[in-house]
Amino acid sequence: MDRTIAIDVSHLSKTYDSYRAVDDLSFQVYAGEIFGLLGPNGAGKSTTLRTLITLLHPTSGAATVMGYDTVRDADKVRTLIGYVPQERAIDRFLTGREHLQLLGALYHLTKEEAAKRIAELLTLVELEAHADRPAKTYSGGMKRKLDIACGLLPDPKVLFLDEPTLGLDVQSRLRIWEYVRMLKARGMTIVMTTNYLDEADQLCDRLAIIDGGKIKTLGSPVELKIALGGDIVSLTLKETDRIHSLESELKDRPAIKAVRATTKGLDIRVESPEKALPTILESANRLGCNIEFIQYNRPRLDDVFIAHTGRAITESIPESETA
Amino acid sequence: MAHYWQEISALTMRWVRRLSREKFSMLFTLVQPMLFWLIFFGNLFQRAADTEVMQAPNYISFLAAGVVVMTVLNNGLAGGVDLLFDKENGFLERLMSTPIHRTSVILSRFIFVMGITSMQVLVILGVAYLFGVQPATGILGVAMIVLIGMMFGIGLTAISMAMAFSVKSHGDFFSVLGFLSLPMIFLSSALVPLTAMPGWMSFLAQFNPMTWAIDAVRPLILSGWTEALPHVGMVVLVMLVFDALCLYGGAKAFRRAMG
Repeated sequence: MDRTIAIDVSHLSKTYDSYRAVDDLSFQVYAGEIFGLLGPNGAGKSTTLRTLITLLHPTSGAATVMGYDTVRDADKVRTLIGYVPQERAIDRFLTGREHLQLLGALYHLTKEEAAKRIAELLTLVELEAHADRPAKTYSGGMKRKLDIACGLLPDPKVLFLDEPTLGLDVQSRLRIWEYVRMLKARGMTIVMTTNYLDEADQLCDRLAIIDGGKIKTLGSPVELKIALGGDIVSLTLKETDRIHSLESELKDRPAIKAVRATTKGLDIRVESPEKALPTILESANRLGCNIEFIQYNRPRLDDVFIAHTGRAITESIPESETA
Repeated sequence: MAHYWQEISALTMRWVRRLSREKFSMLFTLVQPMLFWLIFFGNLFQRAADTEVMQAPNYISFLAAGVVVMTVLNNGLAGGVDLLFDKENGFLERLMSTPIHRTSVILSRFIFVMGITSMQVLVILGVAYLFGVQPATGILGVAMIVLIGMMFGIGLTAISMAMAFSVKSHGDFFSVLGFLSLPMIFLSSALVPLTAMPGWMSFLAQFNPMTWAIDAVRPLILSGWTEALPHVGMVVLVMLVFDALCLYGGAKAFRRAMG
């Protein structure tokens, strides 16, 4: 399918002193999709996002939004985008309405245009009743809703969300997801960063897994999972000291694609569990490993992440890679 | 141009709104310099200070010029604080991602700080008037005092903003601020004339732009135009240089921080 390109990032790099925050990144975002940048803290997601919203100049490479260069045509780009920064970019002394009025003036709307749009947005995010209270009285979820209303005020072609649900309770999170889906249904292009795998899985049409400033893999969540091939068998062993002997025993067996030791047992990627289970059980028996628990499931996005970065998203980045 | 004005007035209104929401803080900001320095310090030293040395009818009338310029100093040096918080919580990024002229935010801050400072200067001169200090150069002299205050304030606010854009954390900002403010006051002619200072202090005080500002404001209050005019001419020159340097540094810091 031939699709319109909303964002084109080409060989983008950003270096701070000797640290490469973003390293030769290239990807495209199609118009009307929800595109996710998934990665642990410090992976380069925010740097990429801040380049796209014209706040950072790339060290090399370039990015365009709706065909406009983020450096040369920065002013044009700014009129086309909305930005929802990470948590709490709110002036606690201003009311919700005053936030939107301020932005209305910065987007050069007339008073009438602004008033009309503000009323619509307050209804959309269900803040009408609280619009004239200072933001310091708002709950975390309400602040987030105001953040999103602010991002939507310019009626943007592309909306950028930086960690939209970081630190929110479950209910507020689901509400934010609903908004994002609704905006997509209205035809908006959405780019978001997240370090929540379930969020990326549920929300994004396509996503790029970023680690150490590079794209590790890119595709739809389903594609990425299928590309791994096969299912995951997870074993929990009674004696954890035998994990490694079983790991080396199972490696290179025909029915088994990959083995990874966890704290309590093994995660084994297999072609088909029906073929692999007998091998696994037989090996475990022979080595005298008592299996406490066994389960298998289709690959999750967690598995995709681990397969491409070599660690779970919650594990911290090894020292040698951050330096 | 219409767009530019719309941005600046909306951003300036934001500062005014914030201040009006912080009524207590506003009251203390306005009252503190008069209460501490002019009323307490001024009356405390009324008899201890030698009017011969001061070359003034009494200590309060001598001190008035110092308190005016001290207020300008403190407001100016604190002028970047709100931008610092905006930078830290991401509000500045939100503002800068909109299609505004890159200088709008900074200009709005200058307008606001200068406005508040001018008001405070007028209140201080009003309180001094209640204690019997009548500006010798009248209304025109008061206008001149406000103008000198603004010229000094622009440079100071630029320094403060440059610091706000450069520091890693607001802890650093406030340590530097605390370190700058009092020595600037003691090493100036705010509390004592240079002639009454130990030699090394009066030597250092000569290089303090604050001394130049006070030396122009003081004759405007105490003596009259003939005495004041040479000092006013001098301070205008000194401040032009001071502001140019500070604005240059500020612009550099801003460009570095905003890419």
